[in-house]
Amino acid sequence: MTDLPLHGAMPEARPARSILDLDPRTRARNRAEARFRAYGLGALLVGLFFLVLLLGSILLNGLSAFTQTRIQLPVELLESELDPQGTRDPAVIGETSSLGYGDLIEAAMVQAVAAAGVPTAIEPGDLEDILSPGAGAQIREAVLRDPSLIGQTVTFDLLASSRVDGYVKGRVTRESLANDRNLRPEHLDIVDAMREAGTIERGFNADFITGADASERRPEEAGMGVAMIGSLYTMLVVLALSLPIGVAASIYLEEFAPKNRFTDLIEVNIANLAAVPSIVYGILGLAVFIQFMGLPQSAPLVGGLVLTLLTLPTIIIATRASLKAVPPSIRDAALGVGASKMQSVFHHVLPLAIPGIMTGTIIGMAHALGETAPLLLIGMVGFVASNYPNGALDGFTSPNSAMPAQIYEWAKRADPAFYERAWGGIVILLVFLLLMNLAAVLVRRRFERRW
Amino acid sequence: MNDMRPIERATALDDTKISAKGVNVHYGAAHALKDVSVDIGDRLVTAFIGPSGCGKSTFLRCLNRMNDTIPSARVTGRIEIDGQDIYDRRVDPVQLRAKVGMVFQKPNPFPKSIYDNVAYGPKIHGLARSRADLDVIVEKALRRAALWTEAKDRLQSPGTGLSGGQQQRLCIARAVATEPEVLLMDEPCSALDPIATAQVEELIDELRQSYSVVIVTHSMQQAARVSQRTAFFHLGNLVEYGETGQIFTNPRDPRTESYISGRIG
Amino acid sequence: MPLGWLLLLVLLIAAAGYVMGRRRALSGAGGDTRAMHSLPGAYGWNVAMAVLIPSLLLMAAWTAVAPSVIDRMVAPMVADQGDPALVMSDVRRVARGLVILDEGFDTIAAEGLRDRLASVGVAVGQDVSESTLAAAERYDILAARSSWLLTALTLAIAGGAAAWALRRTTPDLRARNEVERGIQGLLIAAALVAIATTIGIVLALIFNTIKFFQLYPATDFFFGLTWSPSFGGGSELGILPLIWGTLYISFISLLVAVPLGLLSAVYLSEYASHRVRAWAKPMLEVLAGIPSIVYGLFALLTVGPALLAVFGDGGLGWMDGGTAVMTAGLVMGIMLIPFVSSLSDDIINAVPQAMRDGSLGLGATPSETIRQVVLPAALPGIAGAVLLAASRSIGETMIVVLGAGAAAKLSLNPFEAMTTITAKIVSQLTGDQDFSSPEALVAFALGMTLFVVTLCLNILALWIVRRYREQYE
Repeated sequence: MTDLPLHGAMPEARPARSILDLDPRTRARNRAEARFRAYGLGALLVGLFFLVLLLGSILLNGLSAFTQTRIQLPVELLESELDPQGTRDPAVIGETSSLGYGDLIEAAMVQAVAAAGVPTAIEPGDLEDILSPGAGAQIREAVLRDPSLIGQTVTFDLLASSRVDGYVKGRVTRESLANDRNLRPEHLDIVDAMREAGTIERGFNADFITGADASERRPEEAGMGVAMIGSLYTMLVVLALSLPIGVAASIYLEEFAPKNRFTDLIEVNIANLAAVPSIVYGILGLAVFIQFMGLPQSAPLVGGLVLTLLTLPTIIIATRASLKAVPPSIRDAALGVGASKMQSVFHHVLPLAIPGIMTGTIIGMAHALGETAPLLLIGMVGFVASNYPNGALDGFTSPNSAMPAQIYEWAKRADPAFYERAWGGIVILLVFLLLMNLAAVLVRRRFERRW
Repeated sequence: MNDMRPIERATALDDTKISAKGVNVHYGAAHALKDVSVDIGDRLVTAFIGPSGCGKSTFLRCLNRMNDTIPSARVTGRIEIDGQDIYDRRVDPVQLRAKVGMVFQKPNPFPKSIYDNVAYGPKIHGLARSRADLDVIVEKALRRAALWTEAKDRLQSPGTGLSGGQQQRLCIARAVATEPEVLLMDEPCSALDPIATAQVEELIDELRQSYSVVIVTHSMQQAARVSQRTAFFHLGNLVEYGETGQIFTNPRDPRTESYISGRIG
Repeated sequence: MPLGWLLLLVLLIAAAGYVMGRRRALSGAGGDTRAMHSLPGAYGWNVAMAVLIPSLLLMAAWTAVAPSVIDRMVAPMVADQGDPALVMSDVRRVARGLVILDEGFDTIAAEGLRDRLASVGVAVGQDVSESTLAAAERYDILAARSSWLLTALTLAIAGGAAAWALRRTTPDLRARNEVERGIQGLLIAAALVAIATTIGIVLALIFNTIKFFQLYPATDFFFGLTWSPSFGGGSELGILPLIWGTLYISFISLLVAVPLGLLSAVYLSEYASHRVRAWAKPMLEVLAGIPSIVYGLFALLTVGPALLAVFGDGGLGWMDGGTAVMTAGLVMGIMLIPFVSSLSDDIINAVPQAMRDGSLGLGATPSETIRQVVLPAALPGIAGAVLLAASRSIGETMIVVLGAGAAAKLSLNPFEAMTTITAKIVSQLTGDQDFSSPEALVAFALGMTLFVVTLCLNILALWIVRRYREQYE
């Protein structure tokens, strides 16, 4: 303690400082404090505002996809048009294509317009623009199912065209039709009259949830059903592969792996794989599973394989964390009664880690369910989802899409009527994600154990 | 380390710096400090002793309102510094802490240079008008903390690079640099080796010239060596408070005697 | 024999092996389990695993490799038919189609075959020539032969292994140890999947990238200033405009995400009450759980039009369409807010409380403590987090595909449409694929660039974060 020459000069005269009066400097510092705090709160609120904006625009734009405008149209199924010989043989009736029903629909529309009591300048041939282009096919299907309908006047519940649907939902206006060749404002007078008469109605759209994708010209027919099946099969593959592989890999790394450079390599590798862009996995799937191994394109099986590789790092990281959380005393206790290392892990440690593993797996699967880019590269694009698979096993290999890819497909199409479908698809996708995350939270709440 | 010389240190009980009356602290449901009243003299070293969990650190943290940073802590009672209630609504804890500095159990230098560690307090409180002013303050503080000779050639190297004892003296210098009137020390030597401890103890004795020093310690020898007054806490109660010599040679309370003779603790 | 049946058969053999192994061990010990080294089940498992592991490995390897071997044997027959990849896929389709048509090769004519195949749902790229038909026949024969060979080999191995393992089964056999060794082998194999994935990625990228550089000069790719692919030929495939678009968008997204994410993390960890934290943190994390396709749609249909209303012709006149660097960058920034904030939250919380106490004890305000002590201490960790966020934004696909536009441009105006590496990988590899043109193969070179860049960023970031954590442990 040689260096205390200054202490002789101490104590200096200290100015009396009262702690009850704020000096100006403290006041300024407190203002800076309040400002900084406000910045933080502001940033948080901006983030939450974006969340509200995002969810708001999804619901605002998406919910209308779950309703659809339909027209009750009595159609006279003339025998002379459909089955001139009166055979009622489906093969003969089937020869009339859906276009062949055009005249019947035209006549029906003319009558319906007359019944609604609106004088109109529209050519009879253009009246059917109010209906979906798929109306003919809809009637034809009903006739083929029940040929005895021929000769009767049957009231069909037909889809309105997407423009009429948009008008009923408020998306399409008379002004916006000025540049639209699909429908003229005069059509809307008829629609108004038919709505008044109750023959045009907006109702729940079950087909959107169960139906298949439709061609570019028929947005009113497009549904998520087949893409949902595609997602289901893809997720089955992911679950069946990523859970056992992920758990096995985690057990090895956490319980058995020696501490050496090779183990380090695996660990660094897994951490890096978790951050590799998802599209790179798509390239991997395309080159290895399709080009090299010759697996079929657009198959949920391949999609599942790719998403398995994508999800594995997440599951491994979560599983290792929950294995690590099991206290060493449990292992020691098992080893102490003469169990082998393997028995102690499989009989004692793993069961205790199951809630954590389940939570991690569900969250990994939710992540995989929303993944789009890799699926596009292996051909699981939206327009493929136009047919249901033929059988339970066929679902793995028959070309299909998945929910997010279907949404992307609709977002890309030129007709804005598909945008409503895309938003609606997101509502469905988010419902699934919500349920999965809810399940994860419940599992965690139910089984959480603190050591 | 057995030089118990409490008698020599006896000092007159002159003016009171801090006065606490009926202080209670709750952490959530736990009642950590029960109705503590104590007067702490100016320019004296006051030691708080007692077994772990007895409330001595809790009480120390009340004196500069560091308990405010723990959300579950609730403090009632009255603590005055120079006759002013520190829990008064008008008091800004920031200004209070400039007046009542604190040194912690584990040396906690900031991840900055030695110079910036010491200059941190003066800078935020605006004590220096120029860089030259600041240099003077830093040098003075380092000298007062007996660190100047060791640190003067490496002022720009990180404070975390010092040895444990040096780090703790750096923290003392950091506290001293803001010109506090009271210095609170929460077991300042518990993480140090005997040599570093001796240095810090010597320093505490020097600091008494200018400050009221309150030191929490679980080493009775240390309390006996450095303090003039000692307060013994047990299970959240202030059991006995008085001249250090009296506490160690002639305790009035049987609990104090048991603790000092090593039967509880 | 179809793979499914073969698998079932192998499983049956394994099950039988289990039962017999168990019984043999028990009878060898005279029914006294105490005279046996392991529990009876272990002897059964020992046999079952001896059957399963080699036969399943064989089946997996065979299925992975056989198609490309057969392709290589058939390819010379149609070497003169143009692009080999396209022709071979036609050969495969014809072979499959003929099975569906249920006709023999001796009766079928190449004439009109394409239409007939189309009628049963098999689309063939070009008209079926005689040599294609012959190749399809050969393909069919080889595929059948391969299938029989696999069946025979698998059954032989499964049977042999079962017999061998049964013969070794005596009560003294250390069956449990053998089974455990086998299980450990499986565990290791699972851990190696991660390595295999990386190797798969690297090989997939390297081979196709080399193929690309054989068709298109590497210098033109890396230094070209124009990106204009045309499948008719004469493409210019310079990556620089794509890199520019990628970096520009990623820069804007970080400009949004880093301040907002960091400040929210600071607020949540240093200021917010328990109750606010318990609500706001999960809410913010909802943003992270939303798939990127949703953000893409949000960019295309909500943010783009909103920006256009302000900066477009009706407003300031800087913007021509809803898709722009700004749109994609802004939305990607929103997506990254929770990513940055939860990483920073972890990192800020890793700064020891003693550091805060030290500063507060000197009379610093909380904000002074955060800005001058906590954040500088956390800086390396935060830098790591920002790098990870940058890597995420560089690799993000759906937002830029929908929100950034399709035109590759070297422009400074953030309200102009530009495109990125990921968006071009999607556009070059979706739709009808023909893996031999430079226009398709360029996607692999783009993927390689993307992979290398993000890998470097990740390794650097993970290293920084790891070292940062160790410092306070």
